Amino acid sequence: MGGTTDLAELTGAELADALAAGETTSVEATRACLDRIEALDGTLGSFLHVDAEGALAAAAEADERRSAASPASPLDGVPVAVKDLLCTVGQPTTAGSRILEGWVPPYDATVVTRLRRAGLPILGKTNLDEFAMGSSTEHSAYGPTRNPWDTERTPGGSGGGSAAAVAARLAPLAIGTDTGGSIRQPGALTGTVGVKPTYGGVSRYGIVAMASSLDQAGPVTRTVLDAALLHEVIGGHDPLDSTSIDAPVPPVVEAARRGDVAGLRIGVVKELGGEGFQSGVQARFEESVQLLTEAGATVVEVSCPSFAHALAAYYLVMPSEVSSNLARFDAMRYGLRVFPEGVDDPSAEQVMAATRDAGFGDEVKRRIILGTYALSSGYYDAYYGSAQKVRALVARDFGRAFEQADVLVSPTAPTTAFRMGEKLDDPLAMYLQDVATIPANLAGVPGLSLPAGLAEDGLPVGVQFLAPLQADDRLYNAAAALERLLLEKWGGPLLAPSATEEVSA
Amino acid sequence: MSVEITRDDVAHLAGLARIQLDDDELDRLGQELPKIIESVATVSQALEGAGEVEPMSHPTPLRNVFREDVVHECLTPEAALAGAPASEEQRFMVPKILGEE
Amino acid sequence: MTLTQPELVPFEQALTRYEPVMGLEVHVELNTATKMFCGCPTTFGGEPNTHVCPVCLGLPGSLPVVNGKAVESAIRIGLALNCEIAEWCRFARKNYFYPDMPKNFQTSQYDEPIAFDGWTEVEVDGETYRIEIERAHMEEDTGKSTHVGGATGRIHGAEHSLLDYNRAGIPLIEIVTKPIFVPGGKAPAVARAYVQQLRDLMLALDVSDVRMDQGSLRADVNLSLRPHGVTTLGTRSETKNVNSFRSVERAVRYEVSRHAGILDSGQRVVQETRHFHEDTGTTSPGREKSDAEDYRYFPEPDLAPVAPSREWVEELRATLPEPPAERRRRLQAEWGFSDLEMRDTVGAGALDLVASTIASGASPQAARKWWLSELARRANEQGVELSALAITPAQVARIQALVDEGKINDKLARQVFDGVLAGEGEPDEVVEKRGLAVVSDEGALSEAVDRAIAANPDVAEKIRGGKVQAAGALIGAVMKEMRGQADAGRVRELIVEKLS
Repeated sequence: MGGTTDLAELTGAELADALAAGETTSVEATRACLDRIEALDGTLGSFLHVDAEGALAAAAEADERRSAASPASPLDGVPVAVKDLLCTVGQPTTAGSRILEGWVPPYDATVVTRLRRAGLPILGKTNLDEFAMGSSTEHSAYGPTRNPWDTERTPGGSGGGSAAAVAARLAPLAIGTDTGGSIRQPGALTGTVGVKPTYGGVSRYGIVAMASSLDQAGPVTRTVLDAALLHEVIGGHDPLDSTSIDAPVPPVVEAARRGDVAGLRIGVVKELGGEGFQSGVQARFEESVQLLTEAGATVVEVSCPSFAHALAAYYLVMPSEVSSNLARFDAMRYGLRVFPEGVDDPSAEQVMAATRDAGFGDEVKRRIILGTYALSSGYYDAYYGSAQKVRALVARDFGRAFEQADVLVSPTAPTTAFRMGEKLDDPLAMYLQDVATIPANLAGVPGLSLPAGLAEDGLPVGVQFLAPLQADDRLYNAAAALERLLLEKWGGPLLAPSATEEVSA
Repeated sequence: MSVEITRDDVAHLAGLARIQLDDDELDRLGQELPKIIESVATVSQALEGAGEVEPMSHPTPLRNVFREDVVHECLTPEAALAGAPASEEQRFMVPKILGEE
Repeated sequence: MTLTQPELVPFEQALTRYEPVMGLEVHVELNTATKMFCGCPTTFGGEPNTHVCPVCLGLPGSLPVVNGKAVESAIRIGLALNCEIAEWCRFARKNYFYPDMPKNFQTSQYDEPIAFDGWTEVEVDGETYRIEIERAHMEEDTGKSTHVGGATGRIHGAEHSLLDYNRAGIPLIEIVTKPIFVPGGKAPAVARAYVQQLRDLMLALDVSDVRMDQGSLRADVNLSLRPHGVTTLGTRSETKNVNSFRSVERAVRYEVSRHAGILDSGQRVVQETRHFHEDTGTTSPGREKSDAEDYRYFPEPDLAPVAPSREWVEELRATLPEPPAERRRRLQAEWGFSDLEMRDTVGAGALDLVASTIASGASPQAARKWWLSELARRANEQGVELSALAITPAQVARIQALVDEGKINDKLARQVFDGVLAGEGEPDEVVEKRGLAVVSDEGALSEAVDRAIAANPDVAEKIRGGKVQAAGALIGAVMKEMRGQADAGRVRELIVEKLS
């Protein structure tokens, strides 16, 4: 192995192989990541907290296990970055919000417990839109994350930190969360692989809740195989999460290694594409479908008419749950406490209201107020109630589509990475970023975004695969096939250029 | 569906949500909210002609997820209170609560 | 806007013009080992914030998991109240801000309670009244806040509150009646009998400790009045946390008087929450919750729906204790009580106490006698419920056994009650410590009898002449000399022996 930069270029699976072969150590690999974070993250802003000491200590333990030939998991010693929405003992967990500044949880999220148990050193906590609300990571209280492909552009969001870190090779692997597309859309905008598993496939315990019936954690990686390996580590039943599915993790690693679409029925969703989608995005998508066809897949067009209303339903269900989930941030038990100005001897109620005004950003407040409205008496049936019915229709449309196709495909996001500030003052335009990813969250089905090449603007495009509930393996199989076909076509992986240039410069 | 939502409505909602919005915020949300609500209010139209639809509160069909009635380990009071803005006598200390005797 | 406080109208007088309509909401804390949604213990007391975890503290990221035992208890309570058990129901979030509620929403049930449409029958003065049950649902308790400073600590800014979340998340079942229409004069007693019966039922089901003094059974009394002949309901008040059976009765009486005063003066009753004051027997307005009407309920997304299988429900039905009315009929027959005796026993809230005393070996009449006379008097003096007296049915049974064995007599037994209630120990210890045993020294007794005969020659002559009933005077004299510590039966035997 060469210098530390080379180590950082390795995928998770390659690094795991190198560790297993004794060609390198976890401490070296972890240090390589920390070095790159040190060198690049001042520009990118993908980490909110870096735990060099903790990561190196965990790496040293992993090396001991590796040298004793008893690794804790196939990924033992492969460093990982964790979105700052997951509780971590010993590291602050802020959810990108002022209201949780400096809060150190007394417990680990189940996903974090599983990462630790599998021996993955945790490099630190990645940036996000405040409480995961946003599609650009500009709504972080601690400053935006920049896209390694073009630092004037956003990496998408809310998980822009994890996506940018992986795209820029600051970490081979990262954990994201996806409520309406927060793993997949940043994946598309940064040229990384992002998976939202089946709802209930990965425990939500210890993940600061945004919208409980939609949230799902998943892998952010550079390859389909890495995503599958990470999925296997974090997935599976958790008795601490009542919505966790009590069944084995689907055979995702096996599927990612197979990557065979011969005879597979692939459904192109009519409603997720065309109008409103950037031409370069549409072109890469169609090319991908063509490659899959050439590899033996049968392509059918499916129609999911209710998807036209998915965004509206989402922007009622999500804020409603948000308004309730975020009620606990009230300055009483943890987090920020702000006393109202000009009030003598304020009451608890006044302190709560002052703290919530000072501690929450505009987008969070907007969604809390919207959700409060949607749930309030007299409006519940028209808004929340109707939205939950539309949700049922979305699930029904998926059901019908999966009778005709084994997996569905669409572009992941309607555009490539947009300029910072471009949509900041137009919430509705920002919300449209998730138009293709939201249906999966509403229905609970799994989705994966795979880099499909560059658009006319030289920026990455993502293609999305969708599968039925608990058939996550189908995503990995189809995506692995397309990934191989694309790599053959390109002659190598897509790599975010600016980041590499800066390091080699 | 035209949506009437006044600045006073926003203030009322902010009260329900316990957020002390300032005047600028009230003004801004008073303008933004009707637009957003108008765009999401289309959900009712989506249901026209859809027949009977059961609202979907949970994306998976799980039922009866219960826990055994077995005591687990609690946090230590130190850990429980570690994040508290203020504490006293092993309790969370908060400003006076209205209506309390 | 201060309106003059209308005069209270005496209860009986109020009833001449108005009909009271009641609704009772009773919260029962379950006796599960762990909380509703986490594995923290439910033990009462405990140092502050020692029975807490991320879930019941509402820490970011924590998630609830339903305690299966609590669901089981809820279903059994529902079945015992003749309710339908939902085939499918969900938890809901009741959203409002209050510092004793860690998540600022209470996980409860809203329009899908686990049990609904039931009934139970209570007995008052020999009449049976049917109480319709609207619903019984599952929810979680809140933490406890303590106010510090204020009136005593006038230092500026010194007022604050301290929060302990040990109680937060303890499983509660809320049992709500439909409006109760009973003859007005009976309303207070019916309300009391209902709450008392719920207590007995919870004990029989073994689902709660139902200690009103510890708040594990809390009653809210809703009351409205309407003029006779009017069929619509009046505006109600909700009197919270009425913490004893007697208070339930008093709260109803007080609110009837208060409402009547308001209505008589032409004012309108305000729908509000009120607090009952044990010391004065009055109520006062409670905390105003400006947003009380808009709890923004929605189905709890973090919990899966509860869909008890019919097999499970039937299994649980088989574990139910006998229904209260049937049990009363059976016990009356077994014990040979007259209707009046049974009514008095039930009315005094002594049914279970008498039953346990009998189960510990006392005769039905003896058990009834002690609880309804001696102990009822003492409870009344102390102003507490019979069950709150510091004596157990087993101890009462033992005292009666001591009487039956001739070790003490009824008069001494009263002193043994004193001793046990004063915490001097078990009945036998009290007898020993206080030296209460009847004199069994035949020699001393015989001498006392001789002295009594000698002192009352006229009486002795009558007995010799066959008037044995005259022996009472001699027995009295002997008992007096022996300071009551003699077995009156043995004294009689000796007298008759010596004079025949």
